[in-house]
Parts: sequence; structure tokens; C-alpha cells
Amino acid sequence: MFLSLLLVLLIGAVAWAGSAAGFAPLFGVALPYLAAAVFIVGTVWRMVYWAKSPVPFRIPTTGGQEQSLDFIRQAKIDCPDTQMGVFARMFLEVFLFRSLFRNTQADVRTSLTANNGPGTVYYSSKWLWCFALLFHYCFLLVFLRHFRFFVEPAPLWVTWLETLDGVMQIGAPRFFMTGGILLVALLFLLARRVFNGRLRCISLVNDYFPLWLLLGIVCTGICLRYFDKTEIAMVKVFIMGVTHFSPVSAEGIAPLFFVHVTLVSALLLYFPFSKLTHMAGVFFSPTRNTANDSRRARHINPWNPPKQYFTYAEYEDAYRDAMAEVGLPLEKEPDKAAE
Amino acid sequence: MAKLPTPQELIATRPPFPKAHWLDVKPEFAPGCFCYPAKKETMELLHMPNPHEWDPAADDWGLPENWEQVLCDAFAERLEKHRSLKLFMDICVRCGACADKCHFFLGTNDPKNMPVLRAELLRSLYRRDHTMLGKILGKAVGARSWDKSVVKELFYYAYQCTECRRCSLFCPYGIDTAEITMIVRELLHEVGLGTHWIMDPVKNCSFTGNHLGIQPHSFVEIVEMLADDCETVTGIRPKTPFNKKNAEILFITPSGDVFADPGIYTFMGYLLLFHELDLDYTLSTYASEGGNFGSFTSFNMAKKLNAKMYAEAERLNVKWILGGECGHMWRVINQYMDTYNGPAPANMIPPVSPVTGTPFANAASTKMVHIAEFTADLIYHNKLKLDPGRNDHIITTFHDSCNPSRGMGLLDEPRYVLKAVCNNFVEMPENTIREQTFCCGAGSGLNTEEIMELRMRAGMPRGNALRHVQQQFGVNHMACICAIDRATLPPLANYWAPGVTVSGLHELVANALVMTGEQKRTMDLRQEDLPGVDEDEADGREGGE
Repeated sequence: MFLSLLLVLLIGAVAWAGSAAGFAPLFGVALPYLAAAVFIVGTVWRMVYWAKSPVPFRIPTTGGQEQSLDFIRQAKIDCPDTQMGVFARMFLEVFLFRSLFRNTQADVRTSLTANNGPGTVYYSSKWLWCFALLFHYCFLLVFLRHFRFFVEPAPLWVTWLETLDGVMQIGAPRFFMTGGILLVALLFLLARRVFNGRLRCISLVNDYFPLWLLLGIVCTGICLRYFDKTEIAMVKVFIMGVTHFSPVSAEGIAPLFFVHVTLVSALLLYFPFSKLTHMAGVFFSPTRNTANDSRRARHINPWNPPKQYFTYAEYEDAYRDAMAEVGLPLEKEPDKAAE
Repeated sequence: MAKLPTPQELIATRPPFPKAHWLDVKPEFAPGCFCYPAKKETMELLHMPNPHEWDPAADDWGLPENWEQVLCDAFAERLEKHRSLKLFMDICVRCGACADKCHFFLGTNDPKNMPVLRAELLRSLYRRDHTMLGKILGKAVGARSWDKSVVKELFYYAYQCTECRRCSLFCPYGIDTAEITMIVRELLHEVGLGTHWIMDPVKNCSFTGNHLGIQPHSFVEIVEMLADDCETVTGIRPKTPFNKKNAEILFITPSGDVFADPGIYTFMGYLLLFHELDLDYTLSTYASEGGNFGSFTSFNMAKKLNAKMYAEAERLNVKWILGGECGHMWRVINQYMDTYNGPAPANMIPPVSPVTGTPFANAASTKMVHIAEFTADLIYHNKLKLDPGRNDHIITTFHDSCNPSRGMGLLDEPRYVLKAVCNNFVEMPENTIREQTFCCGAGSGLNTEEIMELRMRAGMPRGNALRHVQQQFGVNHMACICAIDRATLPPLANYWAPGVTVSGLHELVANALVMTGEQKRTMDLRQEDLPGVDEDEADGREGGE
């Protein structure tokens, strides 16, 4: 955990020192180009890697009643048998984290009054769902808000988004809720890894590093907006230069901005090689994206091996006399088979 | 079998969640923690790779010289074959939502029984050879190398997972531990590691047609005896058609129901129901196994054992197949059979109920119908005369088997049937039923005696839920639609909720079924007296087992 924090701090420090020492174009131009390229190529490469292996079997995890008899009501979304149903299931999974919403917490007790003995109690537990959803949506909104810097003039929808985001009308510049919620959600996700024994046990550097990285991005972003206020107009000109492939001088932009950009670049560079590919991977998951129709429609396994089994003929050869004795019908009667 | 601790002791003695890092802790192979290994002869007969004698409790497992190469190659091959595996290795974010969804974790409190860590055992190996960061940074990013203790660890935890898929329901990406466990077991088989309780049935099923190795003549004799018992109870001796060509329907059910109490009563239920309907059907001694322990071994072994169903349907020239009550059998039929061994033979047609005329459109391609679907349809169309009052002495609940629930979605059909044949039905708590159902604790080939305490631990969530309805609502019966359940739930109920009996669904159907020309029912299929029945002439308890 500390190792990954140090790593993130180190990346930030290098970016700060580097840009202050006049290498700003390296951190503000070259690195983002590289990162964007690696992110796009890497993520596509990962998806191709997955797609190269076939899905030999239909293995949906059925989360409700199958489609069977007319008088039995099917769970059309949790146990879909059509592409529409699968679409709905995937939609809920991707946009509302349907499976995580089911989450419960089990508590095993040696003595439970209702059981007059040992028992297990299940509580609904939606915290993870709630904060995961908040994190992902706020991250998306913050990302969309950044289009103010990529497009000139700023698109109308970005202005609306900003108005909505700052609807609380706190402070100047207006406080954006999404940034604050993003920070809180990230702290929650980090805290459960640190303070919950089970989570601590399963967490790897691979889990802490992206969290620290995201925290670094959010904190530097918040600083840039509210505290160490950057010259926005200059930043916009600079970013427009980068996005239009005609970079301009970075002269006069605070080093903190380059720390922010570098951390984002680090996230993009890290993305294709990490668990963060779950963003693309969830669409590939065969337990969610296949229809429960494998008795109605045949599914082909491209590497299906040839059939090899103990045939009836071999079976009858092995047991013919005994079968004849109990009067089982035979393909070859014992006297014929002996010939 | 070692003496079991009391349920309270069992819960109280769960070790605390350890402080040490999981990579530094290795499982201890104490008796009761592992299933006995498969016999060398068995593995040889089945042409499994690297058959050898070995002992899980020993230091040396007798792995082949080049074991690491074998495992690495086999793993790489599986990655090429299964997108699911690549994906599940890559995209887990370790959010921990799966942790307390696993009955093995709840019962043992062993961190590596959290589905996320069970998968991480393999994922750590994946990182070393198949991810860029793992190749460069190694241990720092959670990669590790193969060594013999890792193989042991994989074995230990692949056989403490019942492939029930409960975790996959809660995973935000649908990561399915069953898929990972199945593949880990395949890998272990590459170096000759398997368990006796799985491989012996596989061998039997291969060569005699069923897991128990019942030869054709014995199979017929046992079924004839069950038909005799049916006659004792009802006065009617049901037909027992075997290997009959040109029948409309081939009926296939787990062989456990022919052999083991209380499954035999379910089998008697089938015989009586089919007789009453005058169904044109046949049993087969060759395809006399619905279950598929091959599916606990490898995809290819599952395919091999499953192939007999279509082969026999073709030979006997039947129109479609009706399948009995079984759990993993239906995972294989619903999700794998058509892909493994389809298309169905040309003589088969999309199934239609000969009694009601209902087409089973959902089975149009595999041409195989679940008996709960078949019977629910009969009841809906009033084709059965039922007297649920005969089951009034029981207050029943229903245990959803993992595979029909999460690999098929068969939830309401059995309930529809159960409610029609029993007046007193109570559901267990909502987090323990339907798609959220808990395993009996011994599925996927773990229903063996030598790990009884482990089974009771893994069955704890189910046992606790059962105890809850027993204490709250006086439930004294649990119905199920799985042959493994019928073997594993009686000891589980006896341990966690003593006094609850277990039966298959069709045992209760036949108890309630009013048959044409039957004698007055004074006893149920178990030849136990029905309470409140006035019986002067009936002498109750003769015959039987």
C-alpha cells in the first residue's frame, strides 16, 4: 500500500521538478501523446487477446426463472433467453451495477434466538454498490466537464453540465459536486481495503496503485481549480494545441498542472496492463452476455473434439449373456454373436 | 468416520481470520481435509495422463519429472480454448463482494476459500507467464512461480469448491469460480491428480452405463424390486420398460435414484406417474446415468459420458428424452449437451407432451425435457388426480439445487408441482433460495464420507436456513430435485436440523397421486403409515428395504 503511494508521489514529484526545470513539453505534450496511444492500442490489443479465444459453451449465470411453460413467469432480464433480454441485462450491469446491488453481508452466529441454536443472518449491504456507482459516474462527469478544454467554443452541453454540477452555488469558483464526491468515493474504496481485514488480505499493489493514482489526479485537479488557481485561458490554449496536434509553448503554466497531466498519463499507460481493463472486459463476460437458450438453439464449440465413448455395441458385447438372462432386448442374440 | 463436533462447537471452532499473508500460509493435509486419491488402475482404464499411486498426506505426490512444463502448457492451452478463463484472469478488481457468498468460506473462515482468493491461486501463476507487468515485476504485482506446494494448494482448494456458482451471481463482472475450479481440476488431471470419489464413478459410468457400476441385469432386477414395492403401497405394479425400441420417450435419471435411499422413493414416484399416464417410454441400461461425474473431471470427460444419451436415443429410435431430478446433470444438459454431442439424432423431434399436447419449445434443439417442467405442465392442465391431503403430515420446504438454479433457471416449475401435491409449503429465508440458493456443501463430487466434517461446515448456511424454518414454522421435510442432494442433505439435516426428512419431488407427487384402480393408500412410498388413515386390514410395515 505504501509502496504504491510512494510510487504515485514519485511520479508527481518527477513531473513537478521536470516541468519546473523546463521540460514541460515532455510532460505536457510528449507523455500525453504516448499515453493516449498506449491506452488506445493497448486496450484494443487486450480486447483482441480476449476475442481470440472462443466461447466454447453457453454459460450464463441464470439469476432468475428460465423461459419454459406459458404459465410460469420468466425473469426476462435476470435470466434472458433473447438478445433483447441479454441487452437489458448488460445495460443494467454496466450502467447500474446490477450484480453488486445484490450484495449481502453474512454473519455467522453460534446462537440465534430465531433458530433456537446456531444461525446465519444476511444483511443487505449496498455501500460498495453505492460508492462504486458514485465513483464511476462522477469520474465520467468530471471527464466530460473537461471537454471545456478540448473544444472551442465550449459545447453547450458542457455548460449545462457545469451549471448542474455547481447547482449548490458554493464558493467561487463554483464548487463542482462531482469532484468532491469523486474524492469521497475514492477514499471509501481505499479505506475498505485498509481497514477491512478480508479486503486487506486480498489487496495487491495492483489494487492500491490505481486508487492512489486516481486520488492524485483528483487532488491535483481540485487544487488547480480552487487553490493553486491556474491561468485557465493559457491552459486552454495549451491543451487545444495538444489536441489539435500543433503544440504551443507551455511558458507560464504552473508545474502542478503538469503533475495533473502526468498522473492522468500514468493512468492511461497503466490501464491496458491492469485490472482496469474490466471496463472493456465486462462486455465480454460469458456468464452475463449470453442468452439462456442453449436447449432451444445449438451453440457451436470451434474446438469440439471428436466423440469417443463406450458404444452400445461394446456394451452389449461385454454384458450380452447377463442381458439375455433377464430378457433385455438385444441387437445380437448370444448364439449369433458367438459366430 | 471421526466423531463430529456439535453444531455450536463447529461454528465456535472456526479459526479466526489469519493475520499472515496468504502467500505465506500453506494448507495442511490433515485427514478429513481432502478426498482420497483416485486409484492408478482407474486412471489407466480411463487413459488419463500420468496415472500413479500417491497420497495427499505424503510429502511427495509422485508428480512426473516434467510436471511444471506439463502444467504450464496445459494452462496456456486452456487460455486459448476458453475466453472465460482469459477474462476471469484479467478483470477481477478484488472488490471482495464474493467473499462471504461462498458456503465453504462461511463454514471454514479460510481466506483461500473466498472465491477471489481461490481464483487468485491460479491468477498469480497467470501473471507470471501471461501478463506484461507480471513478467517484468514478478512478485511485486502478485505474480508467483509454480512449485510443488502450489500444486498441492491448487488441489486442496479446487476440491473445496462445489462449483455452485453462487459467487458468480454477485460478481459485478460475472466471474465464475466454477469455471476456474473446473479448469484447475483439468490441469491437475494432466499430472495424474484426481480423487477416488469422482474417478471411480467416471470409470463405472464409462463401462457399465452408470456411476454405481450396476450391470444391466442387476439394474433391471433392482428396478423390478422397486416396482414390487410400488405394488405393495398402491396395489398397482407399474410397467418397467427397458431398452425398448421405438418408444416415444427415453427416460434418463441419475442412477443414485435406483440404488440409494431416499432416491429410490423418487424413482418409484417416476414409475407410478408414468404408469398412470400410460406413457410410451423406456428406460435404458446402457444410458442408465443422468448424472455426469465427468463434468467434475474435464470438459472432454463430461462430453464422453454425455455422448451415450444421444447414442441411445438414436439406437432406440425415440422421439425425445425426459430427464429426471438431478442437479449437475442439468447443468450439463442445459448448457453443454447440444454443444458437446449435438445435433440430436435425426429420429428425434422437438418434444411435445403426449398427455397435454404442450410443445416444450425451450427444449426444441436438445430435445430433452426436465421432469419438473413435464409434471408442472400436467398439473396445470389438470391431467393428474391429486390428493395433497396425503402429504398433510409434512410441512415441507424446498431446497433449490445450485445447478438448476444458476445454470438453468429452473425455479418455479418444481415449486408449482410441490404446492400442488403438498398443502404445507414454507420457503427458507430469501437469501438462501432460488438463484441465491446455498449448496448442500458436497456437490461436484465432494459427497464422500472422509470429509464429513468439512461437508457439515460447507453445508452450514443451508443447514442454518433449514433450522430456521424448522424452529419458526415447524418444517419437518425438505424436498429437492437433485440426486446428490438426496444423498447429502439427510446427514446435513440430521446434523443442523435433526428431525427433518429429505425427499425428491416425485416421491411426494406419487404419494399424492390418485391412481386408477389403486388400493386404499394406508402408507406412503417409504411404507410408513399415513397418519389419520383408518386401516383395519392393512398390515402396514411388511416388505420394504
